[in-house]
Amino acid sequence: MRTLFFLLEKEFRQLLRRKSLLGMLIIAPAIQLIIMPLAADFSVKNVSIVVVDNDHSSYSQRLINKITAGGSFKLAGYVSSYKEALKMVEQDKADLALQIPVNFERNLARENSGKLFVAINAIEGTKANLGGSYLSGIVKDFDDEIRIEWTHDATVDAPQISVASSNWYNPFLNYNLYMVPAILVTLVTAMSAMQSAFNIVQEKENGTIEQINVTPIKKHIFIIGKLIPFLVLGIILFSLGLVLGRIIYHVVPVGSLIVLYGSLVVYLFAMLGLGLLISTYSATQQQAMSLSFFFINIFNMMSGVFSSVDSMPAWAQAIVQTFPPSHFIKIMRTVVLKGSGFSDISNHLIAITIIGLVLNTWAILNYRKTA
Amino acid sequence: MQHDHSIILNNIKKTYNKGTLVAVENISFKVESGELFGLIGPDGAGKTTLFRILTTLLLADQGIASVNGLDVVKDYKKIRNCVGYMPGKFSLYQDLTIEENLNFFATVFGTTIEENYDLIKDIYIQIEPFKDRRAGKLSGGMKQKLALCCALIHKPDVLFLDEPTTGVDVVSRKEFWEMLKRLKAQGITILVSTPYMDEANLCDRIALIQKGKILSIDTPVKIVQSYPEKLFAIKSSNAFKLLQDVREYAGTETCFAFGDALHTTFKSNEEGVLNYLKDKGHNDVSIESITPGIEDCFIELLKN
Repeated sequence: MRTLFFLLEKEFRQLLRRKSLLGMLIIAPAIQLIIMPLAADFSVKNVSIVVVDNDHSSYSQRLINKITAGGSFKLAGYVSSYKEALKMVEQDKADLALQIPVNFERNLARENSGKLFVAINAIEGTKANLGGSYLSGIVKDFDDEIRIEWTHDATVDAPQISVASSNWYNPFLNYNLYMVPAILVTLVTAMSAMQSAFNIVQEKENGTIEQINVTPIKKHIFIIGKLIPFLVLGIILFSLGLVLGRIIYHVVPVGSLIVLYGSLVVYLFAMLGLGLLISTYSATQQQAMSLSFFFINIFNMMSGVFSSVDSMPAWAQAIVQTFPPSHFIKIMRTVVLKGSGFSDISNHLIAITIIGLVLNTWAILNYRKTA
Repeated sequence: MQHDHSIILNNIKKTYNKGTLVAVENISFKVESGELFGLIGPDGAGKTTLFRILTTLLLADQGIASVNGLDVVKDYKKIRNCVGYMPGKFSLYQDLTIEENLNFFATVFGTTIEENYDLIKDIYIQIEPFKDRRAGKLSGGMKQKLALCCALIHKPDVLFLDEPTTGVDVVSRKEFWEMLKRLKAQGITILVSTPYMDEANLCDRIALIQKGKILSIDTPVKIVQSYPEKLFAIKSSNAFKLLQDVREYAGTETCFAFGDALHTTFKSNEEGVLNYLKDKGHNDVSIESITPGIEDCFIELLKN
């Protein structure tokens, strides 16, 4: 135990001495947390639309006005042929092209149906998808509107179903409430898994591990001495993130801090295990960097920060179950937004614990004092 | 613990890359307690591999080795308490100061600087003025003194020094060997490796090692005595042409350049070479019989 104390003393002394690194570890994530939620907003605004109106009727005018009045669409151009419209899409000046055919109004009145053509630039998937559905929504509204106008007879009410929805736990669909906890998780993940790996590999690279290995220091003490500083750093970073989230984005956790910090410690245990495992497979910091980048990238993309895990294919969901961040993000969101307690998140906690045990055991078995 | 032999190696073999690269083979020797034993050989001879096996950092493929009567495989934990190791590459924490490094290594061995201060005093005094300087900012000679202090701080019975003088200036090298002599006087067994042949004479006994095999083990004096030929030093103002001419001479057995002289052995005797060289235009040529150095012996042993 005394040895552990001396190791920790040494580790903290080295950490505190490397001011630039310490700054990177704390300030860089803080900046990311401030900037990223602002950018990571999925509501689609400013979809540019080019309109080809071959009808030039009052209905086509009304439709165009309705589309551009909503705020989601921006009229990029009003051209006379589909060819020109497509050219604008090609030049990235427009995301959508809407073609209103000749006799749109007449067909609508006579045959009770009209046709519209929409061409969507699908290079930016989300924008295309949402833009397309926004547009169909507007067209549907327009359709309802003119139908009501035609049935002048107020006594004959067209049957209509209206749906009123209310958003629980996040009534105003505030993206920050949803993104800040998840982004905080990705930052803690990157710090704990990468830095702990680099730190251990650095001892290998500098050869200092040779000198340590000929001392009577037991390997588990050495490893614990390496991981505790990053556990502490992780907790500091997490706390800083909570404070920043509160000040800047007014994200106030509904649930208890004890649940949050309890889960954080379990999570850090797993992620430090991953860092340790990476370090046992790397001889240089460059190798450790490549390996940890691989994992961190996958974690960020697949753990449900941006896209919902539930909409992934079954095989991907099965893989994601083995990622500690996916569980911790769920925990964070439910605790912060809904106020879940330990009993509600126990499944996730158990999953993280199991993953953590596997990673740490694997790492320790692979870490050999005698090479 | 006192043993007749502090270090015993028996038939040690180690290969890398799944057996394709033989690092050392058939290595057997014993180092007596309190001896200053030198492993002399060029880079890549396998010196570091032997050190790593003896300091329990590496497992040998074959053979048995013991340090202080303790098996390097079974008793590795005990060995780590009683040996000091100074790797060839500076392996202390560069971002900690001299004092912090020393303190750290003292504490992990469960001791303090004060407790064993007398052992390191002579060396530590020289770097003490810089004790608040970070190890990474020290000169080569100071780094090496600090490393030696750290290797000694727990009063080891056996000291392993892997190329301690490589990359160190001549004055520091000399000082370093004097320090080793003083440590030896305190009863510490020292195994030291070096690629510098001139340092061999400072050891009690040496093992000449090349390509993973031991060429010869003996005291430096005896190794020199066992040199089989008569050795001559030939000098002339035109050294380059001289080397070519002597090598072309029919009676020459071997000829190597050593500084400004050519160390030469002849098939029968040296008579005639002087006239031959004068015919070749060397007017100021001189020849004298000399006692061979370790390097001459090393080259001679390499022939076989």
